Amino acid sequence: MLDLTPAEWTAVALSLRIAVVATACALPFGIVIGWLLARTNFWGKSVLDGIVFLPLVMPPVVTGYLLLIWFGRKAPIGAFLDSHFGIVFSFRWTGAALACGIMGFPLMVRPIRLALEAIDRKLEDAAATLGANRPWVFVTVTLPLALPGIIAGVVLCFARALGEFGATITFVSNIPGETQTISSLIYTLTQVPGGDAAAGRLVLIAIVLAFAALIASEWLARRASVRFHGE
Amino acid sequence: MIVLAVDVEKQLGALKLAVRFDAARGVTALFGPSGAGKTSVVNMIAGLLTPDRGSIAIDDTVLFDAARTIDVPPHRRRIGYVFQEGRLFPHLSVRQNLDYGRRMSGAPREAAEFERIVGLLDIDHLLDRRPRMLSGGERQRVAVGRALLMGPRLLLLDEPLASLDAAHKREILPYLVRLRDDAGIPMVYVSHTAAEVRRIATTVVRLDAGRVVAAGGLDLLNDADIDGLD
Repeated sequence: MLDLTPAEWTAVALSLRIAVVATACALPFGIVIGWLLARTNFWGKSVLDGIVFLPLVMPPVVTGYLLLIWFGRKAPIGAFLDSHFGIVFSFRWTGAALACGIMGFPLMVRPIRLALEAIDRKLEDAAATLGANRPWVFVTVTLPLALPGIIAGVVLCFARALGEFGATITFVSNIPGETQTISSLIYTLTQVPGGDAAAGRLVLIAIVLAFAALIASEWLARRASVRFHGE
Repeated sequence: MIVLAVDVEKQLGALKLAVRFDAARGVTALFGPSGAGKTSVVNMIAGLLTPDRGSIAIDDTVLFDAARTIDVPPHRRRIGYVFQEGRLFPHLSVRQNLDYGRRMSGAPREAAEFERIVGLLDIDHLLDRRPRMLSGGERQRVAVGRALLMGPRLLLLDEPLASLDAAHKREILPYLVRLRDDAGIPMVYVSHTAAEVRRIATTVVRLDAGRVVAAGGLDLLNDADIDGLD
């Protein structure tokens, strides 16, 4: 089998932890923003739409740099979070999760928004006539019907978070055991002589993880579809 | 005794809707050609559409009054609504669909009432199926059961047979007649088919181009009305 060194295992475990935390924290925001974009009209909606999608089109280094100057320890938001909540992002794995969550966010919002737009609003009216107030309509009808889109968004965000490199390395650097993910370790290994074998092992792992995420999403989507449509 | 008092106005595109009628116990048919505004009227009674002016009251409870800015939201009106296309929740089983209204109101489970309505509509063998697996007629029976099991004070049926073929129409009508005779819940029945109205209604309110053109007994229907049951 794969003979990983402890340092490589650390990077794999760290990557998974960062991707899971990033995706889990992004999900509530993804549902709220997706709902706002799908269902409401307000002044500045196109601006919000643009901001959400910015990380997808900007160079990742730019996103990382912006995070650095806003969320660094001495930066305005970073200093506030540190002194009031004890949350530190800079050069910590939490900062990597923040960067990965933001980079994956546009990929999460899009399918959720599309799923919410595709829901037959008449079913929500039917739920209202049966006595469900708006929060209950959302929980019992809207969310379950949007589930395939939510699953797709979660998988895309997770995959993006797992592979994120540019924003992460710019924001939280490449510290073994703290912020060194699979991607940044591969990068490091390709910069040193004789690192090719180790890099190759990690590349293989990255491919396996990506495949596993794809298969899991297919399986979940099929299960959701069977539940809804009996097909 | 008057159960439902409707007096509403609304501008709907080119159609100016101005409808006023009272309904007593039994089945009141809103009868008229497509585009007369029948569905808009029941949507207003259910609270899904807001009138520009007027008022709606059930049993002395005001549900809507533009002058007094009263507008009870649909989930607090306790009006059962059977939609033309059923609108069963695709992600829930038939049993969960039937239970939905009771769960939302937090009322205790009443097994006897559940059995009675499920028996009345002959849907006990469908309880564990998904709506996708039902025929059109079965789907509408479940939709009627779902609306009944929320314990409504009024039942709205918007062309419940329109999406069915002739055979399924004949299959469902007896259930609706039984419902009228057994359940004792006042109903407003929307239809453009005279034969249906003749079978089920006790009172007829005739609509055309957004206005009530006549109201009274079944004798309002004349031979010129199209008979679409077969």
